[in-house]
Amino acid sequence: MNTNNNTYTVVYASVMVVIVAFLLAFVSSALKPTQEQNVALDKKKQILAALNIRNLDNADSIEARYNAVVQADQVVSADGTIVKDGASKENDGFRVANKDITADCLPVYVCEVDGETKYVVPMTGRGLWGGLWGYMAVNADLQTIYGAYISHESETAGLGALIAEESFQQKFCGKHLFADTDSTQVALTVVKNGKVELGKENWQVDGITGATLTSVGVANMVTQGLQQYMGYFQSVK
Amino acid sequence: MSLFSKENREALIGPLHLNNPVTVQVLGICSALAVTSQLEPAIVMGLSVTVITAFANVIISLLRKTVPNRIRIIVQLVVVATLVTLVSQVLKAYAYDVSVQLSVYVGLIITNCILMGRLEAFAMMNGPWESFLDGVGSGLGYAWVLVAVGFVRELLGSGTLLGLRVIPESIYAENGGFYVNNGMMTMPAMALILCGCLIWASRALTKEQK
Repeated sequence: MNTNNNTYTVVYASVMVVIVAFLLAFVSSALKPTQEQNVALDKKKQILAALNIRNLDNADSIEARYNAVVQADQVVSADGTIVKDGASKENDGFRVANKDITADCLPVYVCEVDGETKYVVPMTGRGLWGGLWGYMAVNADLQTIYGAYISHESETAGLGALIAEESFQQKFCGKHLFADTDSTQVALTVVKNGKVELGKENWQVDGITGATLTSVGVANMVTQGLQQYMGYFQSVK
Repeated sequence: MSLFSKENREALIGPLHLNNPVTVQVLGICSALAVTSQLEPAIVMGLSVTVITAFANVIISLLRKTVPNRIRIIVQLVVVATLVTLVSQVLKAYAYDVSVQLSVYVGLIITNCILMGRLEAFAMMNGPWESFLDGVGSGLGYAWVLVAVGFVRELLGSGTLLGLRVIPESIYAENGGFYVNNGMMTMPAMALILCGCLIWASRALTKEQK
C-alpha cells in the first residue's frame, strides 16, 4: 500500500487521534478519584502541620487526626457573618481552593487541640519566584499564634526554601497578632534576620538571611492574610 | 535469531556506557539538572523515562511500516505525549509526593531528546523486541547518570539519602560539631558540574578501552 498517499495520511492521523483521545479520557476519569483523594489528604496534612501536628505519614493516621481535631470548616465573609457552618468538616471551607478565596468566601477551620479551641486560616501570597501559601493557627484568645505552616512553589533552594522548614515556622508560635490588645490592625510581620526591634519582639519574627524578598513575601502574606479575618475574629470574641 | 543475539545485547548494554545518552551524546541534560537535588525524584524520573522510551520504541516499531513518512514525527510525538500523560496521571494517583516534586518535569519528558532520538534513529528501522531492548538500555543509561548525580547532591547537600539521615546530626556545626551542608549542591548549577565530571570520567575510561 502506498503510505504517502494524501487520503491515507489524513485517515491515519484521524484514527490515531481518536484512539488516543479515548484512551486518555478513559485513564483520566478512572484515576481521578484517587488523585483528588491525594490532594485532599495533602491539604489535611498542611492544616494539621499548622496545629503543630507533624510527622504523620500514613493516610489513615492523617484522616483520623483531622477528624478528631477539626470541628468545622466554616466559610465566613469579611464582616464576620458565617456563610456556611462546615459541620461536615470537609465539604464547605475545605472545598475552597486558595485561588477562590475572596472577601465573601473566607475558609476558617475551627479546631480543638487538648480541649482548647484554635482557629486555622489559610493564607496566600507571592515570594521571589512564585506563589507562597500556608495556614496560621490562632489561639482562642484571638491574640496569639498557636502554630504556622508555610510552603512555596519555587523559592531558592537553601535560602528562600527554608521557609518550608519546621524550624522557621516554629518562630511564629506564641507571637502576638497585634501591637496592643485593643488594636484591629494586624502587626504580626517578618523582618530581616536580627533586625527585630526592642520592645516589638512580640509581633516581629526573624526572617531568613539571604532571602530578603522571600521574607518580605511571607510578611505580606501573613499580615494581609490575617487582616482579612479581622471581622470574623471580632465577631467570635 | 535468538532473543539475546550479539546485536540485541549491544542495543541493551551500549547505551549504559560506550554510547550513553547523557555522557556521550549529551542529550536530556535539562531534566537531569532539575530533578536531581534529591535521590528519590531522580530515581522516579529515571524509571519514568525508561518505561516511556521502551514502550514508545515498541509502539513506533510496530507501527513503523504503516506510518506515513510525511507525518512520522507527528506520529512519534503523539505516541510519546500519550505515554507521558499516562505516566504523569499514574504518578499523581499513586505517588503524589513525588509527582509534586517532579512537577512539570514529567510533562517535559515529551521534549526529552533521548526519546525522539531513539524513535527516529532506531525504532523506525528495527523490530519491536530490538526496539524494546534499545529503549530500556537508553532509559537506564539516562537513569544511572541521574541517580549518580542525585546521590552526590542529596548526600552532600542535605546529608540524607532517600530522606534518611546518613551524616549524623551530632557532627553538624549547630550541634557543636564541625560539619556544614554544602548549600551549593542543592542548586541546579552543581548538577551541571557533576554531569561534567561524569562525562570527563566516562570519556577518559572509554579512551583507555580503545
